[in-house]
Amino acid sequence: MNSVYIHSGVSISAQNTFEEGIKEVEELKFTENSQVKAFKINYKEFLSPIASRRMATGVKMGVVAAKKVIQKAGEDTVDAIITGTGLGCVEDSEKFLNAVIDNDEQFLTPTSFIQSTHNTVAAQIALSIKNKGYNMTYVNGANSFEAALLDGMLLLNEENETVLVGGVDELGKRFINDYEKIYQQDVSFSEGANFFTLGARKKENSIAQLLNVEVFQEIDEDNLLKKIASFLEENSLKVSDIDAVILGINGDAYDSYYQKIQSELFTDTTQLKYKNLSGEFFTASAFGFYVATELLNKQELPTNCFFNSVKKEDYKTVLLYNQYLGKQHSLVLLTSC
Amino acid sequence: MEALKKELKENIIEVLNLEDLTIEDVNDDDALFGDGLGLDSIDALELIVMLDKDYGIKLTDPSEGREIFKSVEVLATYITENRTK
Repeated sequence: MNSVYIHSGVSISAQNTFEEGIKEVEELKFTENSQVKAFKINYKEFLSPIASRRMATGVKMGVVAAKKVIQKAGEDTVDAIITGTGLGCVEDSEKFLNAVIDNDEQFLTPTSFIQSTHNTVAAQIALSIKNKGYNMTYVNGANSFEAALLDGMLLLNEENETVLVGGVDELGKRFINDYEKIYQQDVSFSEGANFFTLGARKKENSIAQLLNVEVFQEIDEDNLLKKIASFLEENSLKVSDIDAVILGINGDAYDSYYQKIQSELFTDTTQLKYKNLSGEFFTASAFGFYVATELLNKQELPTNCFFNSVKKEDYKTVLLYNQYLGKQHSLVLLTSC
Repeated sequence: MEALKKELKENIIEVLNLEDLTIEDVNDDDALFGDGLGLDSIDALELIVMLDKDYGIKLTDPSEGREIFKSVEVLATYITENRTK
């Protein structure tokens, strides 16, 4: 598979990345229920009241991020819209299901049901930009965004010129409260929409090159080292060629996977983290991807992204590694262009 | 009647997520559909469910809705005459 170019990236996250990009910011602090909502954006600037009144948080974030990233790439439209999401439109799903229970399966209204499907965001993006092209949503837990990336790369290896790829997840209200009682980590649960335009050809405004993506459901820590080495070898690279490794460290018991490669593989590489800024959600790795593009494009990141003291003069090749609860591992390889 | 009209305006704004409107923005005789509030067919379904749930009125003939949902004034009159709860 040929590599592809990233023309633009937009992030809506717990930080004000939408307006300011990634800059020196405070780490997210635990709130009472250890959840942090996305930074408030004036959605009215981008969506008409008629369009937005039925949109839940995730749909608003996704549509606005998508519109801005297409505009930033200097495009009018794209050949394909591909989204990844872990929980989909959980806000409307909860609303609809709670109404079923509260009203004893009677008086069910259509709006939240219509908007509750996982592919609502991709569909609303298509409607808002009047796009009739390929439209796909991947729901693969913590690998949802990477699955979307892989599909985007495959499409660009065919006859498509530009595709939109993004990861989006919203907190919702009820489900996450129960979920966080079972699964705990140091960083807060959060939400966000991180969207990118990818192209088959390099343009003047290309911000990075996406070399390869690989996902695997399960692996033990020892085999992870071999897996990463063989992934790099497939791309004609050695560990020493990686200038920075960006890790999905979240402070749970499965951080041992990250510690293994930090201490045994990437000792002389800049080690970076991002979930202390974005929080944890199923498509938080899309925020990690945004951090990688920012590093390659601007050659700097906030100090609280740096895990170790190794600094490079020039950040050219970056590897992202993420997993969640020891499953749904992903490797994403980027280089500057 | 005035209390019912106020209640209807509050419910319509809440149920239909008319975020930018307050009850002061909705006149009793404003058209709910078309040029007035600009409601659509999905909103009509929401209103039918609201009538059933809150006032015990079951609309079986869809053509009835065209007249009943003309304005808050007409809707309030219809509810007053037909409510079962």
